[in-house]
Amino acid sequence: MNTTISRRSFLKITGLTIAVSVTPFGHTILNASEKKDLKTFNPNVWLHITSDNKITIYIGNSEMGQGVLTAQSMIIADELEADWKQIKIKQAPAADALKSPILGAQITVGSASMRGFYEPLRKAGAAGRTMLIKAAAETWNVPESECIAELGTVKHEKSKRSLTYGQLCEKAAKLQVPQDPLLKKESEFRYMGKPMPRVDVPEKVRGKAVYGLDVNDGNVKELKGMLYAIIARPPAYGAKPQSFDQKAAEQVKDVVKVMQIPMGIAVCATSTDAALKGKDALKVQWDKGTHPDMDNAYIEKLMMADLDKQGAKVHEVGDARKALSEAAKKVEATYFVPCVAHATMEPMNTTAYVQEDRCDIWSPNQNQTACKGMAAGITKLPPEKVHIHTTFIGCGLGRRAFTDFVPEAVIISKTLGKPVKVMWTREDDIRHDRFRAPMAHRVQGGLDAQGELIGWSHKTSAVSIMKPVNPKAIKDGVDYYCLWGLWDVPDSPHWNTRIQYEVPNLYIEFLMADLPILCWPWRAVQNGPNAFAIECFMDELAHAAGKDPLEFRLQNLKNNKRATRVLQTVAEKAGWGKPIPKGQGRGIAQHACFGTWAAQVVDLSVDKNTGKIKVHRVVAAVDCGPVINPGPLVEQIEGGVILAISTALKEEVKFANGGVASVNFDDYPILRMSEVPEIEVHIVKSTDKIGGIGELGVPPLAPAVANAFFNATGVRIRRIPLTPKTVMDAMKKT
Amino acid sequence: MISLNVNGKKYKVDVPDDVMLLWVLRDHLKLTGTKYSCGIGECGSCTVHINGKAERSCTISVGQVKGKKITTIEGLPDSHPVKKAWVQEQVPQCGYCQPGVIMQVAALISQKPAPTADQIISKMDDVICRCGTYLRIKKGIQTAVQLTRREVKK
Repeated sequence: MNTTISRRSFLKITGLTIAVSVTPFGHTILNASEKKDLKTFNPNVWLHITSDNKITIYIGNSEMGQGVLTAQSMIIADELEADWKQIKIKQAPAADALKSPILGAQITVGSASMRGFYEPLRKAGAAGRTMLIKAAAETWNVPESECIAELGTVKHEKSKRSLTYGQLCEKAAKLQVPQDPLLKKESEFRYMGKPMPRVDVPEKVRGKAVYGLDVNDGNVKELKGMLYAIIARPPAYGAKPQSFDQKAAEQVKDVVKVMQIPMGIAVCATSTDAALKGKDALKVQWDKGTHPDMDNAYIEKLMMADLDKQGAKVHEVGDARKALSEAAKKVEATYFVPCVAHATMEPMNTTAYVQEDRCDIWSPNQNQTACKGMAAGITKLPPEKVHIHTTFIGCGLGRRAFTDFVPEAVIISKTLGKPVKVMWTREDDIRHDRFRAPMAHRVQGGLDAQGELIGWSHKTSAVSIMKPVNPKAIKDGVDYYCLWGLWDVPDSPHWNTRIQYEVPNLYIEFLMADLPILCWPWRAVQNGPNAFAIECFMDELAHAAGKDPLEFRLQNLKNNKRATRVLQTVAEKAGWGKPIPKGQGRGIAQHACFGTWAAQVVDLSVDKNTGKIKVHRVVAAVDCGPVINPGPLVEQIEGGVILAISTALKEEVKFANGGVASVNFDDYPILRMSEVPEIEVHIVKSTDKIGGIGELGVPPLAPAVANAFFNATGVRIRRIPLTPKTVMDAMKKT
Repeated sequence: MISLNVNGKKYKVDVPDDVMLLWVLRDHLKLTGTKYSCGIGECGSCTVHINGKAERSCTISVGQVKGKKITTIEGLPDSHPVKKAWVQEQVPQCGYCQPGVIMQVAALISQKPAPTADQIISKMDDVICRCGTYLRIKKGIQTAVQLTRREVKK
């Protein structure tokens, strides 16, 4: 997609010339521009300069630890030529002007905060700087070209005069906003590309940061008299309540109300403890739901059987069938990736207060547009009467872009006329998660007599992500959300999220698994499961061709320069081809998605008596184009790698009796500190278009682990997680 | 009425003995720095100090802590070496688990004789960070141990 922003679309995107009134949420509920006696210069939705020489920047993307508040503000501050010390950064409310220009919603997903906003934010800052310079030039009656902006001050060197942005703001506010201001040259960048401490870190360390679950009448005074609600939710897909003991729940001290809502039975109380006790007292009897026989074996069997059926054609180049029939060597493999849970540390929750003429929502959400739409729909209030206060988020991983945790709070508050916080227990959070979609793959590949890859046929079955949510997104039986990393629609806003190898004969086919499991994007979406199949299979092909896995990949990337460069970088840094410690195995994988290229090398060893895998080292390389804040970039890759090791070695959602059997961290194990390897992250310098970074640590890791396991043992495991039991079973078979 | 001593302050709270300390801290005392995540003592997000020892407030009832000295993340001074190290090393990402992690590290660091960074790190497998900041936590621990030693020398 072309990111050149036309004058008109820039107007639409940045809200230039539109006066936006904002009510931020934070523990300091203060909007500088609302202070009396202060003049405000507000050239666009992000930027407020006040006559006390303070600059407030409102950020529309949600902060979940990726550092978006800091990074987006760095871009504005840099182009504005502001002094970082004079800047305050606040989480913005829901506003149309803050919708992502590439995603069409105010939503923080798809590693798109930089991809979508890099240019608009640069222009927003530059517009402010240009206007302040003009205001100063007019004040002094000198040409603008003689004035320079530096660290929050406009200077006229010749006459040694200077005025601060605060002094200039009243005059600047009267000027016309330039639509195409002159941007800085890279050599003039003051903040971009240089390490900046994250602005959210100090309050998080002090324990003062307010997450969704922390919202209460102590930090938001409108919530006086709030109730705490816990909902008894169905234990199986499609299960309906047959009976429950409402009286027993109501008799629990401090329980105020028990009510049935579409999501289950809500117990509202004056404290969390009472609501929890009330929920237990309900003793709900549920029916068996729609799929009482469904368990893990049922799911895997059904999806594997799908691979024998005819699916919907996704993409075809050349004639893969012919190429495979003529191949000197044919390789076939089947892979399976089970459901994994988001299991964010802060469980889902929302606080809502529905009043006659307004609705306020305090929610740790990644999708303000959806929150607003849902609340407006339930309350029948016009959207402008719905106020979304996005709090800090206790880990997102994509889960909080699906805002099913919002309507229930709105419904209860609307019914009771009181502020209500609905908290999901950990058990609710795991059992009612929308998981990373499980995937089965069958891949066939053909090599000619020289070991060149000539054909690739790929059939995959997945639980559709979009079918229960937006069936219109499914085109001719294909849910592209399930295919990212393997294939995507042309002109996708997810930039090059597809197989990187140049295969002359390629055929991709898709089947929608008929299962009631609810799925949703999980960090990197299906790039993870698709990269697992693609990169494990490339390893198998390399082995069949008698070639080194790195060489084989490079050979088939042909003219793909960025993929080639990250692979070469990671290989060099990891010492690919050099001897490794005895007993260890080494694997490599690459993947591209969201406009960024990534590659990893994994070193591991296997305890042959227990089947336990120890990952010793992960070396990663990324090319995401321009870098805004290098520290968080490295943190994102490290975090992605660690999360992906957790899924490669440990995580799998258990199902039984038609519902989710995993309930908490004791039976849904997550990687712990002693299991974390050394991780090196290398940024490949690049001047290409800016790409995403939040999700890129994930996709290459699992296949690199499986490939390293093969390198260590000579055994292929085509399913994650590689638990000790899976490893022992596989080793016994060979 | 239950009397509690939290962060050096005395509180009287009208709750039954069996309420978990976590909910009293959060709902009644509005000390929301202590986090709920698992409710079964598996993840460490709710860690506080009880008489100087790191404990899981989600599985300890208020009845069990009467008369004991409770410290939460809000009560740990901002100049504490662990808090300082956490800012210096930019440890948190989403930050939700970090108050609990910080409290656990702070309790371990204050043990006598003073443990080494590696000794502390070996006792951190009962906390979970979903963002994957484990390597930063390790760095934070190393820095906090150094800062503590420097303070002791002074």
